[in-house]
Amino acid sequence: MTILRPILATILSLVLGLLATSLFHESPLHIFKIFLQSGFGSAYDFGMTLTYSVPLILTGLSVSLAFKAGLFNIGAEGQLTMGALAVAVFAALVPLPSLIAPLAGALVAACAGGIWGALVGFLKARRGAHEVIMTIMMNFIAAGISSYVAVYLLKDPNTQNPQTLPILPAFSLTQYSLFNGAPVTFALFLSLLIAVVCWLYLYRTPYGFELRAVGENEHASSTAGIGVQKVQILAMFFSGALAGLVGVGEVMGRVGCFKLDFSPGYGFTGIAVAFLGRCHPLAIIFSGLLFGAIQKGASDLEIFTQNVTSDLALVLQALIILVVSADGLWEKWIPVKKGKA
Amino acid sequence: MALLCSKSLSKILLFVAFIISLSMFSFSCFAKQNLPKICMVLDKGGRDDHSFNESAVKGFQLAQKALHINPESRFVEPKNDAQLPLFLNNFSSEVNCDLIIAIGFTPAAFIPEVASKFPQKKFMVIDSNLQLKNVKHNIRSVLFEEHEGSFLVGAIAAIKSKTGRVGFVGGMDVPLIHRFALGYSSGAKYINPNIKVQESYVGVTPDAWNNPSKAKELALSQYNKGVDVIFQVAAASGQGVFDAAEELNKSDSKSVRYAIGVDSNQNWVNPHVILTSMEKRVDRAVFNGISDFISNKFTADVVVYGLKDSGVNWSLDNNNREFYSPSEIARINLIKKLIIDHVIHVPDYYKINTHKN
Repeated sequence: MTILRPILATILSLVLGLLATSLFHESPLHIFKIFLQSGFGSAYDFGMTLTYSVPLILTGLSVSLAFKAGLFNIGAEGQLTMGALAVAVFAALVPLPSLIAPLAGALVAACAGGIWGALVGFLKARRGAHEVIMTIMMNFIAAGISSYVAVYLLKDPNTQNPQTLPILPAFSLTQYSLFNGAPVTFALFLSLLIAVVCWLYLYRTPYGFELRAVGENEHASSTAGIGVQKVQILAMFFSGALAGLVGVGEVMGRVGCFKLDFSPGYGFTGIAVAFLGRCHPLAIIFSGLLFGAIQKGASDLEIFTQNVTSDLALVLQALIILVVSADGLWEKWIPVKKGKA
Repeated sequence: MALLCSKSLSKILLFVAFIISLSMFSFSCFAKQNLPKICMVLDKGGRDDHSFNESAVKGFQLAQKALHINPESRFVEPKNDAQLPLFLNNFSSEVNCDLIIAIGFTPAAFIPEVASKFPQKKFMVIDSNLQLKNVKHNIRSVLFEEHEGSFLVGAIAAIKSKTGRVGFVGGMDVPLIHRFALGYSSGAKYINPNIKVQESYVGVTPDAWNNPSKAKELALSQYNKGVDVIFQVAAASGQGVFDAAEELNKSDSKSVRYAIGVDSNQNWVNPHVILTSMEKRVDRAVFNGISDFISNKFTADVVVYGLKDSGVNWSLDNNNREFYSPSEIARINLIKKLIIDHVIHVPDYYKINTHKN
């Protein structure tokens, strides 16, 4: 049943969203065909879908991990910005042998994002500051810092676009030629691996148990002797680190530098990814892939249709969340179906 | 059961819709397949900025009317930077365009990679010199002598200014816009060596092209410091400058503030405040590129439009003629001629500074 619900919700909202396009004189099936073709039509298209999915899986995991600890992390966008910025600066300035360079870059990205998240965790745990407001504000600070670095401190003088110096060759990840030019790199497997690690951490270690316990009931956990403050700070650190790892694929794999506005809101879409996956690390792999495909598919709508733009992706995402979270609706429906079966 | 029924009904409906759409699709596929297909990617600011992008769209639409190009030719507005490489790749492969045009330096940054991946396609970029990255010899870089046109409108600003202070509001703080600014201030100083030139920029990111409220604030502050003519080079943000001038003129009728438009002829936008527009004929560059392509005269080199071929110019029409006496018009046209004949030397920010692109 828990698996059934997101799947049904996805199908239902896709149908609803596509039917809505008929209001604008487009055939829903034509739109659906564009989506399929654009998301999976060729090796390049599929590669781009995967490329889009990697950051969404990571931010989805980031939001879920915090959510499991009872914290609502709206700040994945800021954390991934800091992660990407840190790895871009590090990879542009620190010459390392190519054997350890990508690993070091990933560590830097994770630490930068993690610290950005842990700051919020610390203030939440020690001063009782609300994490939602804190993370939103930290997003703005991250945006400010990153544009300062990209425009004034480490600007690439060879272009008019606001971006940092290109990273050293040792840091760039190899793009698999299988995908005909789409920047699919090891970052894909890294994100899958991390999803599994997250699952192991949450459900197979005592630390994960503590984290979930705090998320379920802070006071009970405290009474039971769990260090609630420590767990909250740690959860925000890991959450931030996961978001920060977006920088690995985006900077070292795809772009080759930190480009201002490189993220089309991965951090916020990550919230939707997490909820569709019901905050389960393994389910998030699939919801991340789905949202990646929707983003990729939607961009082709601009090209192939007259009246529907890529904003349809936002409509679909909103519908999915709406339908998934409509608890009342599901509690009415699911038992009926069970009775029938 | 009812649910099931409605489901199958909608399925039938969808199927019918599918058949209809398929048949329409195949019809359009048969039509005129041999005509060259042209595709264009716009910059941030949007097609209705009354300025840079609108000019590009104008040229494109003129080509659609006047030239024999494939009816499936199209242009897109990117919603975010991540879409740019997707559009360019898609235009080169699935849509199978023959000529792909990138408007502005932001989309142009993605062209070299796509151009070397699809060597049989032709590409054209506006406002970027990609000659060094033109490895497959299929990119035309179009540049404009913005400093020449800006010099001319700088001179006009100085002629019309009563306070001895003129202003400049740029969009994004980049070398391209500094090129306008330097030309403008040199032009103003050519008329009045003691003139004060105020210079401000909306921002440092591409969002600066589409932030009219910030541009308005900057303009208000300049006007309040005694500036009475502002040249805006800020795409869709520029409307804020016009609004500021109009607002102040209404509230304080003792003195008059003017603004100068850019890229398109913007004289009609706010006729009582816009002195003239520094036209940058992106539309002509787009149209000529397409027409060259059709007549097999497309060259993958650097094409420069300047004052001498009216690629940049000052605009004079019925919306702004009232501002000028015949002797002033003669004087402005004389300055224009002197620039074209290189009697007046206009400093070029690109040559003073070693920035590429």
